[in-house]
Amino acid sequence: MRNLVILRLCGYNKTVSDSMWKGCVAMYQQIAEYFQTSSERWFSMLAGHIGLSAGALLPAIVIAVPAGFLCVRYARLNRPVTALFGTLRIIPSLAVLLLMLPVLGTGALPAMAALVLLAIPPILANTIAGLNGVPDFMLETAVSLGMTQEQVWWKIRFPLALPLIFAGVKTAAVEIIASATLAARIGAGGLGDLIFTGIGLFRTDLLLIGGGSVAVLSLLAGLLFGLLEKMCIRYKTI
Amino acid sequence: MVHAIEFRDVTKTFKGAGYSAVDHVSFTVEEGEFITILGSSGCGKTTLLKMINRLYEPDDGKVLLSGTDISSVDVVSLRRRIGYVIQQIGLFPHLTVGENIATLPKLLKWEKEKTAARVDELLIMAGLAPDEFRNRYPSQLSGGQQQRVGLARALAADPGIMLLDEPFGAIDSITRTKLQDELLALHGGMKKTFLFVTHDIEEALKLGTRVMIMNGGKVIQYDTPEQIIRNPADAFVRSLVEAARAKEQFWERFV
Repeated sequence: MRNLVILRLCGYNKTVSDSMWKGCVAMYQQIAEYFQTSSERWFSMLAGHIGLSAGALLPAIVIAVPAGFLCVRYARLNRPVTALFGTLRIIPSLAVLLLMLPVLGTGALPAMAALVLLAIPPILANTIAGLNGVPDFMLETAVSLGMTQEQVWWKIRFPLALPLIFAGVKTAAVEIIASATLAARIGAGGLGDLIFTGIGLFRTDLLLIGGGSVAVLSLLAGLLFGLLEKMCIRYKTI
Repeated sequence: MVHAIEFRDVTKTFKGAGYSAVDHVSFTVEEGEFITILGSSGCGKTTLLKMINRLYEPDDGKVLLSGTDISSVDVVSLRRRIGYVIQQIGLFPHLTVGENIATLPKLLKWEKEKTAARVDELLIMAGLAPDEFRNRYPSQLSGGQQQRVGLARALAADPGIMLLDEPFGAIDSITRTKLQDELLALHGGMKKTFLFVTHDIEEALKLGTRVMIMNGGKVIQYDTPEQIIRNPADAFVRSLVEAARAKEQFWERFV
């Protein structure tokens, strides 16, 4: 009896909790039903989301890693380049997506362009930090062994910067996967479709499936890159 | 007479410094000598060493190796003929011990078998069992073991000159004494010219066939250990010798 009073004081209400429980069961049934009837559509949206993310991550790596190299090689470039991409990043993803509309139209291409812009700063910053992080005395030893400047870059600086570059790519991948959701707004497809449909139709089940899928995808990407990192960089883990 | 190493009136001033790190220095080193360069920090001894493998270029004067002006030869091939060991060791952490030692043989495109045989030979010479250490990473070695690998790596392509910049500076004194003895034995077994920078007078006197004492960018005295102890050239050298003696007296009190 006393316990019940305390529960009441805390806002516990038997009828409310019962209806919440019923709501949960109903939600579970709705979600199960969705996967029974529309799993094919879910898979195609998932594939679209992964495709969009990978399609943005690759060009981001291709741009950011050489840009980072140039920033370290020619120190004068460092500030302007970092500032440029840093500024582009401050603009909200949705705004970038909408700004791309008049230039690139609708569809996957403008979405990818926006995601590439979003992904460059973390990779760029980590590439620069990684390359600059190699201590001077190690570069001096490499040179004194008779390596040419080119050999020092390829055999020493890049391999030693790799763990940090990898970490940058991991950050970028997770950010891309989360932001690719917004790309559905401009017709790029992906799991964002499900979320925006859910918002439009007040369908909590669709919101949960869409949001949950994106969250799991982000986590998996983080894990995958973590594993890759461990495989490639054995000397750090022993 | 051709000298292994010759400095002719060499001067080096760093940008923004009001004094010369190396100030009109001239000296010669004969083949097979073990020269220790002694001085306090900032006296120019490291700068002098780095001008031999052209990590620094002199502002004035000439450095000759076996009679050839080194500014006229290709810098990469020059460095491949000179071994260089530093206090921080600088083993490449992403490469195994074997790969670290094989760095220069690989750059010189030696055959695989020849490189592998050379790596094992050097590991044995450095007192490290090849099967045990070949595939380890530098982070799995103690400081003393790391410096043994650093020495082996510098010796890989059989250089005529070895430059050692305080190689044992960060190593505990028991291991250091052992490594000093091994280095002496190593030098005795081959016809290589060693230049060894240190700020420890006992180390300098123990290892050097001749000792070069530097102060303020100038060579103050360049002579055998015995001559330096018996006839110090000036007050600075005398104070160094006296400091070493004082340390000795400290121990004698306990005899």
